[in-house]
Amino acid sequence: MREGPEEKTLLEDVPWPDEPPVMLPGETYGTVTDTIADAVLTRPIGLGWLSGFLVAGFFVMVLLVAVTYLFIRGVGIWGIEIPVAWGFAIVNFVWWIGIGHAGTLISAILLLLKQTWRNSINRFAEAMTLFAVACAGMFPVLHLGRPWLAYWLFPYPSSMGVWPQFRSPLVWDVFAVSTYATISAVFWYVGLVPDFATMREKAKHPLTKKVYGIFAMGWRGSARHWKRYESLYILLAGLATPLVLSVHTVVSFDFAIAVIPGWHTTIFPPYFVAGAIYSGFAMVLVLAIPIRKYYHLESLITMRHLQNSAKVMLATGLIVAYGYFFETFIGMYSGSTYERFMLQNRWFGPYAPMYWALILCNILIPQLLWIPKLRSNTAFLFLVSLDILIGMWLERFVIVITSLSRDFLPSSWGHYTATRWDWAVFTGTLGFFSLAMFIFIRIMPAISIFEMRQLLPESEVKAE
Amino acid sequence: MKQALTTPIYGLMAEFENSTELVKATKAAYAAGYRKMDAYSPFPIDEASEALGFHKTRVPLIVLVGGLLGGSGAYALQYWINCISYPLNVGGRPWHSWPAFIVPTFEMTVLFGGLAGVFGMFALNGLPMPHHPVFNVDEFARVTRDRFFLCVEAADPQFDVVGTMKFMQSLNPLSISEVPH
Repeated sequence: MREGPEEKTLLEDVPWPDEPPVMLPGETYGTVTDTIADAVLTRPIGLGWLSGFLVAGFFVMVLLVAVTYLFIRGVGIWGIEIPVAWGFAIVNFVWWIGIGHAGTLISAILLLLKQTWRNSINRFAEAMTLFAVACAGMFPVLHLGRPWLAYWLFPYPSSMGVWPQFRSPLVWDVFAVSTYATISAVFWYVGLVPDFATMREKAKHPLTKKVYGIFAMGWRGSARHWKRYESLYILLAGLATPLVLSVHTVVSFDFAIAVIPGWHTTIFPPYFVAGAIYSGFAMVLVLAIPIRKYYHLESLITMRHLQNSAKVMLATGLIVAYGYFFETFIGMYSGSTYERFMLQNRWFGPYAPMYWALILCNILIPQLLWIPKLRSNTAFLFLVSLDILIGMWLERFVIVITSLSRDFLPSSWGHYTATRWDWAVFTGTLGFFSLAMFIFIRIMPAISIFEMRQLLPESEVKAE
Repeated sequence: MKQALTTPIYGLMAEFENSTELVKATKAAYAAGYRKMDAYSPFPIDEASEALGFHKTRVPLIVLVGGLLGGSGAYALQYWINCISYPLNVGGRPWHSWPAFIVPTFEMTVLFGGLAGVFGMFALNGLPMPHHPVFNVDEFARVTRDRFFLCVEAADPQFDVVGTMKFMQSLNPLSISEVPH
């Protein structure tokens, strides 16, 4: 979108002297276009990309094997059993969908808040959202037991005469996640159309030209088209903002609406949303730091972007810490034996190491981000982001497994251990996600070109 | 193309170096009475569409209608299913347990609003349109990079090749080209 002159993020516009700029000086329309488009069009396939692609491809094969075996044998190959019937599938579902949230936050919420620094990271953050939602969507379907009947979840007039049960949060999930996936995909595509037009003009090979041309739909940059385009873009952002908040809220309802100790709590929606954004920004940094280095995009993805992401992580991390604190407080304060036992079980029970590791990864280590010197160290940011991703995965593990394995009746307690097939599916989706990202950065402009042109001071229309 | 039958060329196109020049030229052309024209740029410029006299789009209305249809449709569907077609007693809750219906209603509002907006925007823009006469001008390829164009169409009642050419020269463009059909 376009901002008025006073809100524009100019190259020299820095809040205080040692704040790094949004874009390094010396860029013009041409250099911005070339830097981003040439990474796709003229850069040869390097050894680094190829080996990453092959490793990711290997894990996609692992996923295919694991899913095939799952279809043959059923969910019994996983560690799930009664009482822990949710296991890795739901842990991974919540983790992946949370990662997706940062993409929408960056592309929609920061757009509405006129944070123009988002322009160089929104494109691949949106791609990340899309692929993360694809990974997330696999898990509930695989977990169904009879995944080929997944379409029963949708309300359609069936010959059986039955309909979905709309009072169940699991049905809400279907609506929330499928809407989220669709809106994220169209938002991403709409953002890409003008850039596909750039690629169409820059491509040399006639076939490449044609393919980009098809996706550009004949975009010609007409002022009337831009006007409608901008209007739609801001409206989509406005729709995506409550949508992204609703998605993780609905996911948290899967837990909060149940009566299981440790799940039945009203703090879940805000604390799930904050946790989602927390892990999502961690994934943005895990992707952005290598991409900017490998493709020499340091002048477009500057330290400002990395530091701002770190600050968002710090803020959302504190909200998550507040959530943990209140979970504990309410558990004690409620006077419920089961809630108190749930806490004891988390702290000293069979999964206690996971709980303490989660506190270490999610609350203690990220506090180092307060130190400005560490915030400007890319290697450190990368490691902290990995640490947060692990921590957020552990959080979902602790929520799902500890509560289910020991609920009300000691006679029905159980123990959950993941099998190698659980791990195969999980690492397989990691491979799928990475493979999709590797393909994405090779065939599409990883940074929004037209929005970067808008950041240049020369894009300003000067009054006579 | 209707004009193809009545005019020998599609129009005249002037090339500019920056957004300020483009907006200035568009304003001048509008003041000179030209209406059938369009400005082309590598990124959105609010002032350009304003200068063309194009102030309002119907995209927000389409999004609103789509969202309302999606939301009310989703609510009506849930009401019909849970109260009429397939009443199901779940834990003694009322059949019309409306708070539970809000989540799918909200999601469908967003889905239909968003999709209506996207399809509406492309439809109003007349896209996909793989070819357009402006692409016949070689310089025009740079509109997706770093150049700005103003095209006055031959279909404009005020258009005449010599007079419009003279007018365009007064705008100090980098180049002027005839746009063949």
